[in-house]
Amino acid sequence: MIVAKRKPFDEIKEYIKDYKKVLVAGCGTCVAVCLAGGEKEVDILNTELDMARRLDNNPLETGTITIERQCDVEYLEGLDDVVKDYEAILSMACGVGIQFLAERFPGIPVYPAVDTTGMSANLAVGLYEERCRSCGECVLGLTGGICPVTMCAKGLYNGPCGGTNNGNCEIDDDQPCAWFKIYERLATQGRLDNILKIKEPVGWNDQIPRTLIQPGYMKPEKDA
Amino acid sequence: MRLDYPSNIRIILVPCSGKVDVKHLLHAIQQGADGAYVVGCLEGTCHYNDGNFRARERVEHVRMLLAEVGLESDRVRMYNLSSGEGPTFAAYAKEMTEHIKNLGPNPLKNKINA
Repeated sequence: MIVAKRKPFDEIKEYIKDYKKVLVAGCGTCVAVCLAGGEKEVDILNTELDMARRLDNNPLETGTITIERQCDVEYLEGLDDVVKDYEAILSMACGVGIQFLAERFPGIPVYPAVDTTGMSANLAVGLYEERCRSCGECVLGLTGGICPVTMCAKGLYNGPCGGTNNGNCEIDDDQPCAWFKIYERLATQGRLDNILKIKEPVGWNDQIPRTLIQPGYMKPEKDA
Repeated sequence: MRLDYPSNIRIILVPCSGKVDVKHLLHAIQQGADGAYVVGCLEGTCHYNDGNFRARERVEHVRMLLAEVGLESDRVRMYNLSSGEGPTFAAYAKEMTEHIKNLGPNPLKNKINA
């Protein structure tokens, strides 16, 4: 699923400093599942903004709404009668939803309240690891179901590089070498001939799977 | 046991400290509480295995959120004790009360709403 993390509070506060009436809009799909921009996170941000602006002696009137999907016109229609009462919108949807919202209401400034970080797997409650970078040229059929674009620091379609280090990547001993893993998987399946099939490289640079821990959800014992 | 503890404390019962949500603590401060604390079972003794660990994590999250807003994060705390420790409960109540008195009233109390 698409995952996101809340933007720093100061950044969000700065965006809306000149407004008196703001709508905080959540999205009930991906960002709700990854605990970044659903109904609950909308409530938390709304509460924070209320407290911060009261402390600044500049009270803010806020409204909250969470629709099923901001990336879907069908659901955006529900906002048509709501947004006209506000000077600006803070969207907690992914980058797709934010743009869709801004497109539907071109007369009202729409600001992002989250940073969209990618497509990830849910490893534990509140812990996500990127597994796909939507390169649009999927090679998983040749690589034993292991994505070299996401797992390899260089995103090499044809690897490994000289930095493979006893199964790990040269950048970090905790980061497995994608192509070592691919070799092992293909060998297990008797498909090692696949590793010789050349895929034209794409211009990706230093990237490794990014992990995201949502504060308030990671269990301490899992930190060890 | 008839123990005394400060009368300014309002107890809200929950089935497990793991039921306490970030929103509950944040709303308490938003609505003018000078402080809020969660009392969970001793670590390692949760009937539901990790309810009190979840509560601690959420308390830490709320403390972070309060700091972001510009309030003292130490207005929210977590304590642990077993259900048989009445005197410790009273001691923590006194400790929290004294601590909050030192911090002073919640600054939001005198601020107007939108």
